[in-house]
Amino acid sequence: MTVSAPLVSARGISKSFGGVEVLRNVDLDLMPGEVHALLGENGAGKSTFAKILAGVHRPTRGTISLAGKPVEIPSPIAAQRLGITLIHQEPISFPDLSVAENLVIGQVGAKPLGRVRWAELAKEARRLMGLLNVPIDVTVPMRGLSIADQQMVEIARALASDSRLIIMDEPTAALTPKEVETLFKIVRRLRDEGRTIIFISHRLEEVRAICDRVTIFRDGDKIETATTASLTDADIIRRMIGRPVADYLHRGVSHVGEIALSVRNLTLPGRFENISFDIRKGEIVGLGGLVGAGRTDVARAIFGVAPAVSGTIEIDGKKVTIHEPTDAIGLGIALVSEDRAIAGIFRSLSVETNITAAVPKRIAPRGIIRRAVEKALAKQAVDKLSIRLATVRQPIGELSGGNQQKAILARWLLAEPEILILDEPTRGIDIGVKAEFYDMIGELAAGGRAILLISSELPELLALSDRILVMSEGRLTADIARAEASQEAIMHAAVPRSGRTAGEGAAA
Amino acid sequence: MSAISRLFRAREAGILVMLVLFVAVVSLIQPRFFSTETLRIVLLAVPLILVAAMGQMMVLVARHVDLSIGSILGFSAIAAGMIFRDHPEWPLYIGFAVGVLSGAALGFVNGLVVTLFKLPSIIVTLGTLSLYRGLLFILSGSKQIDPNDIPEPLIRMAQTSPIDIPWIVIIAFGVAFATWLFLTHSQIGRQIYAIGSNPTAAPLRGIRVMPVTILVFTLSGALAGLAGLIYAARFGYVNPGITGVGFEFTVIAAVVIGGVSINGGVGSVLGTVLGVLLLGSVQVALPILGVSGFWQNAIYGGIILIALVIDRTVRQGGLRGLLARGGA
Repeated sequence: MTVSAPLVSARGISKSFGGVEVLRNVDLDLMPGEVHALLGENGAGKSTFAKILAGVHRPTRGTISLAGKPVEIPSPIAAQRLGITLIHQEPISFPDLSVAENLVIGQVGAKPLGRVRWAELAKEARRLMGLLNVPIDVTVPMRGLSIADQQMVEIARALASDSRLIIMDEPTAALTPKEVETLFKIVRRLRDEGRTIIFISHRLEEVRAICDRVTIFRDGDKIETATTASLTDADIIRRMIGRPVADYLHRGVSHVGEIALSVRNLTLPGRFENISFDIRKGEIVGLGGLVGAGRTDVARAIFGVAPAVSGTIEIDGKKVTIHEPTDAIGLGIALVSEDRAIAGIFRSLSVETNITAAVPKRIAPRGIIRRAVEKALAKQAVDKLSIRLATVRQPIGELSGGNQQKAILARWLLAEPEILILDEPTRGIDIGVKAEFYDMIGELAAGGRAILLISSELPELLALSDRILVMSEGRLTADIARAEASQEAIMHAAVPRSGRTAGEGAAA
Repeated sequence: MSAISRLFRAREAGILVMLVLFVAVVSLIQPRFFSTETLRIVLLAVPLILVAAMGQMMVLVARHVDLSIGSILGFSAIAAGMIFRDHPEWPLYIGFAVGVLSGAALGFVNGLVVTLFKLPSIIVTLGTLSLYRGLLFILSGSKQIDPNDIPEPLIRMAQTSPIDIPWIVIIAFGVAFATWLFLTHSQIGRQIYAIGSNPTAAPLRGIRVMPVTILVFTLSGALAGLAGLIYAARFGYVNPGITGVGFEFTVIAAVVIGGVSINGGVGSVLGTVLGVLLLGSVQVALPILGVSGFWQNAIYGGIILIALVIDRTVRQGGLRGLLARGGA
């Protein structure tokens, strides 16, 4: 195509969620017939930007022009009418309807009382799938299709509404290498037809394979737009993480003792493979990596929520079997999870009940709860961790996120665990409480506990860890001593690149 | 049609096998069960359930449930019955209109409350089950509509027609056919399946969930109202404290036996018809076999559980397919 006018011109796009600015003043031009990558760490703003174009979010400020004309995109339907289709990582479909119906349902211009002409419908569906050259029977229900085939149906749907802009949000995350190749072939053909494709991915080798240009986001700002060829992997990574390292105080030298936890060759197919590491008493071991790398799965396996299929776990040199969380708790392991609502909290129960939930024997020696003991234990914990609340009888759901998290930490501290696994313990917590948390974690280690700290915040990992492990696509890719640790080193190990890609992508 | 028939073929075949097996076993034990007379009794027993089952099925496909249909049936039957009693000179169709429209209005209220306040339909219709029953007591002054108040032509509809099949049977299967047309050959019909199949995706795909959901509840109410008239025709009286009590149980049982998933998105008219016929056959067979009335509820319950187990097994087959692919 010889067209040089941009298809999409975004100017000054900003977006705030509840007062927090997640996108600041982004200008971006997308050309017809290009594949354009959006890159950035989790939360950098790339997905928010894509969703604004797709009508899922509305910008707080800024304008979007499509083929030179300013447009409003108030809803996904409006986006579809303008020829913009967003293809989600997990395709949104109707599993009980046939492929053909999934292609056309809700199509622009369909009359609500109109007849469904099944023969024509199937013919049109076959034509669309034929355009993609993918052999999918259009009369079978969507339910039985692989994720890859479901994505093909989504792409065919974009063609049905003749979309000019197709946004793919991590389309390859759940695909096998062969399926990725098929997808790329189709993406290239769509590009050659003059359509614009936005490609969001964490995998640099894929970005290199099909993207003409890349735009890098960091902390809500657009950092740079450049042709893919003009940047090296190192350039891209540096721009992705280039924020100033927050000035957390580095902990003093820790007194590291015997090996407390030792895992060998832990494997859960599709999630993680051959994970081996040791944590010593008094040591904080960081575990870094991108979201979906399998870090949480490893934590859940050690805690017995979803045990590994093979591999061994040793505690204090003795081999142990952990089938369910009760086993892990009995062995002195505690897990504070990122997902408070699911993994830790009894929302409607009081703070004191929540805090004392892990020590039933202490509050109810003969099966009957001693209110005085329960109250005293809870009060003590509340003072020690300075949890802000009205009364310990308050339902825990009424506390702020940070104070809920502290209460859960208090619970596990009462159980006096030897091994503490913290999974994104400070996510969604404001900065002041964070600092308190860091102090607490440091104290716990000084008290001789072994701590595994999972965090996506690089400064947090760097400030707290004695050693940093990095996972990428289900494998351990680095074990970095504190002296050598840097944001670059972690990101290099975390970003999947060619030659190191796991055979099967991390399943959703 | 071919896509649809393929989608549900396995399920319907399963119900058909259950129906044939049941008839065969009962006929072996009690040969006089296998007769045209039995068929006639079964056919007379099913219209009431079948008509309401068509509405309930649409509600379940949309991933909702309507527990209030028994009370709607009672309300509509009383309302129509009062017209018949107080204005015997008015033509029959006025009573029909009152019955169906009052049912539609009550169903509309269900749909409005469910969608407007985003409340779970099981709770809303549990509330209106009680509310509508209360209203019908107030409306009727808790007085029964006696057999001599029910017009003679209405009673005859449950006995005969020009082609010697009772009118209510013709009406019921006509309703089933119309429902099939609506669900498989209209855009809205397909949207009902889409909403039940993935409620979060539906609005993203331009489906207007609220009006479609309200329509589904309104249709369910209207069909329960029509069932009220069938009740009056068949039994020749309407009693505020009896008519339609526990009816939702029978209807939901028939629909679920017919392979309609309570998780929405799945269900066919053919399956529902077979489910209703199976339940109707059981109803007729138990007395013929000399099973005491005390046992009948337990046996219905057992059949529902068997149907649910079959339903779950079919679903797990789908799940196994997923796992084999390594996707989930």
